[in-house]
Amino acid sequence: MNRHPSQPLQPAVWLGVPFLLAIVATFLFSIPLRLFTLALPEPVFPIVLAFAWAVIRPSVLGPFAVLFLGLFLDLFWGGPIGLWPLSLLAGYSLILLSRNLMVGQGPEILFGWYLAATGAAMGTAYLAILLTTGEAPNALGTVWQYLVTAALYPLAHYLIERFEDADVRFR
Amino acid sequence: MSFKDGPFQDLRVPLTWTAAAAAVIALIIAFALFASGHKVDAAKDGYTAVRGQFAETVAPVSGVISAPVSWTGGAVNYVRGYFFAVSENRRLRARVSELERWRDAAIALKNVNERYESLLRLRTEPPIPMVTARVVTDARGPFANARLVDVGTAQGVKIGNPALSDRGVVGRVVNVSRSVSRVLLLTDVESRTPVLINRTNARAIMTGDGGPNPRLDYVRGQNPIQAGDMILTSGDGGVYPRGLPVGVVMKDARGVWRVRLYADDASIDYVRVLSFEDFGALADQVALSQSQPPPLNAADAAQVKNAAAARAATRLVLPAAPAPPAGAAAPGTTAAPAPGGAPAAPATAAPPAPRPRPPSTATPPRAPPAAAAPAAPVQ
Repeated sequence: MNRHPSQPLQPAVWLGVPFLLAIVATFLFSIPLRLFTLALPEPVFPIVLAFAWAVIRPSVLGPFAVLFLGLFLDLFWGGPIGLWPLSLLAGYSLILLSRNLMVGQGPEILFGWYLAATGAAMGTAYLAILLTTGEAPNALGTVWQYLVTAALYPLAHYLIERFEDADVRFR
Repeated sequence: MSFKDGPFQDLRVPLTWTAAAAAVIALIIAFALFASGHKVDAAKDGYTAVRGQFAETVAPVSGVISAPVSWTGGAVNYVRGYFFAVSENRRLRARVSELERWRDAAIALKNVNERYESLLRLRTEPPIPMVTARVVTDARGPFANARLVDVGTAQGVKIGNPALSDRGVVGRVVNVSRSVSRVLLLTDVESRTPVLINRTNARAIMTGDGGPNPRLDYVRGQNPIQAGDMILTSGDGGVYPRGLPVGVVMKDARGVWRVRLYADDASIDYVRVLSFEDFGALADQVALSQSQPPPLNAADAAQVKNAAAARAATRLVLPAAPAPPAGAAAPGTTAAPAPGGAPAAPATAAPPAPRPRPPSTATPPRAPPAAAAPAAPVQ
């Protein structure tokens, strides 16, 4: 990923590599492992990308990358097809619409927006399951997954720091 | 002439607008996908083949990733067994002593049970074959609880087959491909399991909500349940065989009855998939509805006649119920005419007519073994 600052930033670098890393991380956290009768947490890694990609820059490829990550989650976790694409895109769209409010803000403010994006994504998933099955998903489990996903904010911050100002064409 | 040199060379579209348009298109696609899928009912899910192919692709990768975990777990158990051998030995001796009493009781009961079955000519269910599978992925979020296991149609697994750990029921197969199957766990938000409370034989529906302890709904009977009761599969609906251990009743902080699953006590890296067939669904429903009850011997016939006469006499002394409106059924009778087109008989005149059987459905309630078998004459 070493390149000259004057070179344009290729989508494979800021979209492709994180895309693959999110899939690998999801694989790793799905192994059937229990430590002292406790299972591994199950964070939603693609939410990190949905947030970071929307902050880094508006892109035509971004929403479709989010869509495919959501499809991967549905197929991999065995959920209803379309659940996570819808949920991730809800978070992505929120950040895309609010992007002008975030320009030049510090990491604390960005963390607040990250929490909002995570809440929008998981709230959408919660409502979608509630409306389609008539059964409210376990609130404690939802909050737990929200918290472990919120704990991934340093990854989103790293991506933003790494790529937001990396292309001279967008300065 | 390239596009840049054409009449659109000065056209400038704001990047934010194009990105927003792309997001809207992606959202529409996502919504369409969500509206057209169904994860539990394969008949309603248009993505069964896609799910199967995807599972075939990711299962080897997940298998490789999870293999070191399995080995590490085995090594930890080995070391733990070495260091805790003495205390484990004491615990197991006490356990064996307790279980020996149960074994003796079980042998005696089995003997009596076999005699009863022989006397009644019961046709019991055959042993259910099973196949052991390794879990390669474990989804445990609030919106999907499922496991991918490394057996499929090549090993005889079918959609609907129950899966058990060494302690109790884990779930059932909802998607299957050649060498991989997906097991929907009892805790999944779309899981509904007919169960019975062992102590009272009361029925209930166990409803998953994505949490570790599924809820008990539609509990029938007065005070049929209390904390610590054992929960078994009831066999209703034909998805699970009757009597598989599920868990223990507990009450949560809000006073809702829930089940602590036995499967949570065990290792989750292996499951057994039962090749269970719903014999109720396989039976010829038409032939069953036409079968006649076994003839009674003289003594039994006299007893039945006396009981019917006594019941009729008891009902005759009760105050008469108001006459139902025309076309409505009287209490204790059915609105539908009796088989053969005859009108329903009054409840007080004779023993109630046998209820007509409901029409056959895709998953009819499972008949008990004695009912599924052709009736044999009483000796």
